[in-house]
Amino acid sequence: MSTNKCCCGCVDEREQKLQEIIAKYKDTRGALIPVLHEAQEVYGYLPMSVQKKISEGLNLPLSEIYGVVTFYTQFSLKPKGRFKVNICMGTACYVKGSGQILDKFKEKLGIDVGECTEDGKFSLDACRCIGACGLAPVIMINDDVHGRLDPDDVEGVLEKYKDL
Amino acid sequence: MEMVNITIDNRKLEVPKNYTILEAAKEANIAIPTLCFLKDINEIGACRMCVVEVQGARSLQAACVYPVSEGLVINTKSQAVREARKVTLELILSNHDKKCLTCVRSSNCELQQLAEDLNVKALRFEGESVNHPIDDFSPSIVRDPNKCVLCRRCVSMCKNIQTVSVIDTNERGFKTIVSSAFNKSLNEVPCTMCGQCITVCPVGALKEKDDTEKVWEALANKDLHVVVQTAPAVRVALGEEFGMPIGSRVTSNMIASLRRLGFAKVFDTDTAADLTIMEEGTELINRIKNGGKLPLITSCSPGWIKFCEHNYPEFLENLSSCKSPHEMFGAVLKSYYAEKMGIDPAKIFVVSIMPCTAKKYEAQRPELSATGYADVDVVLTTRELAQMIKEAGIDFTELPERHFDDPMGEATGAGVIFGATGGVMEAALRTVAEVLSGKSIDNIEYEAVRGVEGIKEATIELEGLTLKAAVAHGLGNARKLLEKIKAGEAEYHFIEVMGCPGGCVNGGGQPIQPSQVRSWVDLRTERAKAIYEEDRELPIRKSHENEKVKTLYAEYFEAPGSHKAHKLLHTHYVARENYPEDKE
Repeated sequence: MSTNKCCCGCVDEREQKLQEIIAKYKDTRGALIPVLHEAQEVYGYLPMSVQKKISEGLNLPLSEIYGVVTFYTQFSLKPKGRFKVNICMGTACYVKGSGQILDKFKEKLGIDVGECTEDGKFSLDACRCIGACGLAPVIMINDDVHGRLDPDDVEGVLEKYKDL
Repeated sequence: MEMVNITIDNRKLEVPKNYTILEAAKEANIAIPTLCFLKDINEIGACRMCVVEVQGARSLQAACVYPVSEGLVINTKSQAVREARKVTLELILSNHDKKCLTCVRSSNCELQQLAEDLNVKALRFEGESVNHPIDDFSPSIVRDPNKCVLCRRCVSMCKNIQTVSVIDTNERGFKTIVSSAFNKSLNEVPCTMCGQCITVCPVGALKEKDDTEKVWEALANKDLHVVVQTAPAVRVALGEEFGMPIGSRVTSNMIASLRRLGFAKVFDTDTAADLTIMEEGTELINRIKNGGKLPLITSCSPGWIKFCEHNYPEFLENLSSCKSPHEMFGAVLKSYYAEKMGIDPAKIFVVSIMPCTAKKYEAQRPELSATGYADVDVVLTTRELAQMIKEAGIDFTELPERHFDDPMGEATGAGVIFGATGGVMEAALRTVAEVLSGKSIDNIEYEAVRGVEGIKEATIELEGLTLKAAVAHGLGNARKLLEKIKAGEAEYHFIEVMGCPGGCVNGGGQPIQPSQVRSWVDLRTERAKAIYEEDRELPIRKSHENEKVKTLYAEYFEAPGSHKAHKLLHTHYVARENYPEDKE
């Protein structure tokens, strides 16, 4: 059974929220995807412990939940950083060289797509068109847009977040 | 049934309205190739091997899911159809590992057969090959995703029929893979090891853990006394591995083959099935008379036991404490038999030939070693035995008549029917009815508990008691039955559960029939027929009349349920966690 207490006895707020989400959708058919969305909003990602609680709560096999989580790129099995770097891989950005931009970010951050730096500061993802093709190649870091990038600009972009 | 008129390949046919094109074609003996299709189990139209031209349709249609309708005109052999099927197959082959020579399913592979039938003589496309690790941590099942064609037959079986749900399709596109949640080994998830996934796999992506080498080594070891026992369901299926018709009874050939392989003794697990009935029948009567936990649920099927331990721990006390028959036999061989024959039990090597992959797992359970030695040393499936017979160059069809060995040779019809769903129940009723009434009963064929209906119920008038019984086969049906009991909608005294649909005759270790056969022939029924024939021909058909079992009690165990019997023939169960938490 799931508990709402962590080891120090305090109430785990995230788990409480998760149980509320599950309770809200418990009797709705086809509720898995909205539950996963909201759970990811709470936790930032969907680790096994969270998927297990959803499996228990919605009475769905864990294998099915994991299948859905890995099917959609929006869902993440790994924690995200405080700054979420999203490289647009849409057609316009791609032909303008977003591949090289991505490689540069991988190199500078020392992580692969879908991963998070050890200090939890940056995570790196490739996404589909963000609707700013005029700025191609374009990336987003949280809600900030950085456009018309060159691989050599990457270091400068990261520098801006260094002390935040 | 309302009929409709359709035309397939210029032939006019009248078929029931609820048919698919594939079913209509099958009835007219028009072959349409299939790969992902398995009737009643996986009908998803995913692989596109069965495409046909339907007049008026914009594109080619999947025959396995396209319903017939009045006036439908179908062409199954046009140039467009031939080309589409071939390209589809070539694309499926483009990232297949193609290591046919060393594949367990070579010559019994649906993909290989399609390549032959569709005349694929060159590989035009070389796709990026997948290179996934092979999961061989489970004692029962080996999974090789590099051979997987993503037909999803195993997923449907595991999820929809068995409701075990430990495998599913993960990721997407080229990265799509059938695997467990978090890519865990089948050994780390609540897999019941039933092996039904293996029997529906069209290729070699799922197979049993091969233990034949252990047996060859034991047979070559002069210090060991290597004995073998065979489950009832093996004798009605083994022949299929040698091209014999489904439902062939090959008891004598099987025994003769085992002798030629070099086993010191060839025993019949059915004798232990009779022993099981004595113990379990006594347990049932005791529980009824003394207010024990009811319903009593049978414990012969290790897949069912593991399912219960993972999903229904609240029913563990309902499980019979009896070991499964081959484990009982192992314990008897390493105690009574060892003493009687003057052989050191450490030197006795017990091999069980089982229709089952879960038995491999069961044999490794640490508590099943009553004498200090594992009750059973190695479990081989029916398929593995066939492999050994082939490897030894034994001509299976030309063998002298042979019988099981003593001192545990004789078995009854009651022991034989353990192989089919309802069999343990029927065998128990044959004995319990006589024990309770003290009279000999002639009418011993309990038709109500036979057959392939998912859940069977029977009410039997016994001496001073109306016994309510239920039989479930296939874990999905077991789940339904347990939920019914939990909800208070049904009450029983005695329940038989078999993990595999149809019982052991259709076990996960039995010969694999391709979907082209399996979709249209009920393997469960055909093999069960042979089981009941075997029963009818045996002179003794009630477990308590088995002279060998009587001797065993007289010389060793004293009485069913005795202290000694409990020590050697009974066991216990544990609740198992479903997905032990990772450290994150």
